[in-house]
Amino acid sequence: MDMALEVAVAAIKIFIVVNVVQLVVAYMIYVERKVIAHAQLRLGPMRVGWHGLLQPIADGLKLFFKEDIIPDKADRVVFVLAPVMVLVPALVVYAVLPFSATFYITQINIGLFFVLAISSLGVFGVVMAGWASNSKYSLLGALRSAAQMLSYEIFLGFSVIGPLMLAGSLNLQEIVHAQRDVWFVFYQPLAFIVFFVAALAETNRVPFDLPEAETELVAGFHTEYSGMKFAFFFLAEYASMMVISTIGIVLFFGGWEGPDFIPLPGFVWYCLKLGAFMFVFIWLRATLPRYRYDQLMRVGWKFMFPLVMLNIFLTGFLKYLFL
Amino acid sequence: MVGVANTSRIEQQSTLHGTEELVINMGPQHPSTHGVLRVILKLDGETVNDLDCDIGYLHRGTEKIGENITYTMFIPYTDRLDYIAAPSNNLAWVTAVEKFFDWEIPMRAQYIRSMVGELSRIASHLLWLATHALDIGAMTVFLWCFREREMVLDLFETAFGGRLTVNAFRLGGLHEDVPDKFLQLTQEFIDIFPSRIDDYETLLTNNRIWLQRTRDVGIISAEDAMDLGLTGPIIRGSGVRWDLRRAKPYAAYPYLDFVVPVGENGDIYDRYLVRIEELRQSTRIIQQCLDQLPGGPVTCKTPRTIKPPEGEIYHSIENPKGEFGFYIVSDGTTTPYRVRIRPPSFINLGGLKKLCIGQLVADVVAIIGSIDIVLGECDR
Repeated sequence: MDMALEVAVAAIKIFIVVNVVQLVVAYMIYVERKVIAHAQLRLGPMRVGWHGLLQPIADGLKLFFKEDIIPDKADRVVFVLAPVMVLVPALVVYAVLPFSATFYITQINIGLFFVLAISSLGVFGVVMAGWASNSKYSLLGALRSAAQMLSYEIFLGFSVIGPLMLAGSLNLQEIVHAQRDVWFVFYQPLAFIVFFVAALAETNRVPFDLPEAETELVAGFHTEYSGMKFAFFFLAEYASMMVISTIGIVLFFGGWEGPDFIPLPGFVWYCLKLGAFMFVFIWLRATLPRYRYDQLMRVGWKFMFPLVMLNIFLTGFLKYLFL
Repeated sequence: MVGVANTSRIEQQSTLHGTEELVINMGPQHPSTHGVLRVILKLDGETVNDLDCDIGYLHRGTEKIGENITYTMFIPYTDRLDYIAAPSNNLAWVTAVEKFFDWEIPMRAQYIRSMVGELSRIASHLLWLATHALDIGAMTVFLWCFREREMVLDLFETAFGGRLTVNAFRLGGLHEDVPDKFLQLTQEFIDIFPSRIDDYETLLTNNRIWLQRTRDVGIISAEDAMDLGLTGPIIRGSGVRWDLRRAKPYAAYPYLDFVVPVGENGDIYDRYLVRIEELRQSTRIIQQCLDQLPGGPVTCKTPRTIKPPEGEIYHSIENPKGEFGFYIVSDGTTTPYRVRIRPPSFINLGGLKKLCIGQLVADVVAIIGSIDIVLGECDR
């Protein structure tokens, strides 16, 4: 009986989280369009609803009813499977993310490891999409994606080691508790810089948005996709942006905890921090040009890799001396 | 990444493993080929081994049309050549035809021609900067530039009624004098424009990513550029101080003071700097035109039917994109016997192959942007 109850509660939580995530993602796209529009002296969506507030819904409906085109020469099975392969890992990760001290789906002792492992599965879907489309532009986009996501996965993985050493746990809850006094960003500025850059690259955001460089590759790996399948890629991209931001908040900015003198519920703190992260992502997109493929790799291997190694060494050394 | 130097080794490898070059077709519906240019790229990974341009998708037979209509009737057709900077084309045509005669063009008309010519240079360079930055991923610059380009187009509208295809000048001067409002609005535009150029530069000039994307990419030496007949900002970016406004002055340029900016390395970044400086210099020229603008008539006495004497002339001006010339053969009738256009875009595009081989796909886009082509005049 207890077992059944637990499953039921978990199912309800999953239902809530998945739906809220979808909605939040839809509105994140709206916010992005608005912020970029104002940076560029435009108004952005204005027509559907007050200041275009219903635009995401209209877009969703439009994508839902659009004709679903599968190119003749495409590998049908893989072509259909690819968007699912991208979206599912992006959503599965939410299983372990702590949104507040009490609100999470589950808590596992290797939470962070789980996040990194599952979110890196998304690259399979990208490669599958590029291959199955049977289009040269898609293939180039997919190859770029694969190379980029794999290399930056490494820096992302190494950059979280510093905070881990300080917290002494892979459990996301405990990492947050370890930062009750000081946020790790003050102890681990180097790790945070590397983490942030790797996060940008990992989520294919400007200035690392090469896989979908519209002006070179038209749209990259999802050139041939339309309708809901395209929407899956889009949702997955924004969902993983939120995942990465959440991880950044948990590791470096004290998760849902805020300063004691401002009494706000944990969930509100989390939302505020998430919003700030998202805003920086969007701000960068409005400001920066795009790196070139080889430059991206150079930045990664020649600059970030030594930096993150140095950080691990320093953290270990200082911890040995002072703690 | 694999450079050009390793090509032979790759060839060996490819015979071993049976790999072949990836041929991709860029355009004519590609977002960064600036119109309907089609580029056929042969890629090794992401490195360009070879490329071919396929043009002609916008061919409208403008030269042939010119043989069948009068000299005056051809002016609106020139609008549609380099449609980004239509008044410049009008200027090239009218000054070319006027070369047949010894008309005394009134100074007021000359100054207005120079002024409008420089405005069209600003309009053209703004569109270039907007799309070039967009190609490299800087999206915001695109809309910032369009804000000012819109102002220039509004100025054209005030003066001539048209925005894109303005049909600005007539043989012997102007159709009628520009309204005072045009001069006043131009002054207002000139007052704010330099600070707007600073805005673009804040986003790009010292941006590390922009520098990495443009410096030492798409280099062409002064010698090669001259051999290929390149003109305009490209050759000036390579360090050749060649500007027809200086070399063979027309309109009011002999009386105007301006600097011809040149680059050093001939890479994309230098071409960028040259054009940005030209924006500033154009602003200066327009200011001088406004200050020195004489009164008087805007057109000289011209015959009712334009019948140039038998003979041939070639006349070219400094278009925003390079040397824009007309070669006209007259048989003494009201229509030209032959009209030949020297389009800067077409000839500058000839340098594309030289600039691109050995670079990466992403650079091809940047290089096409830095050449600044308009297919309207390229295909004619």
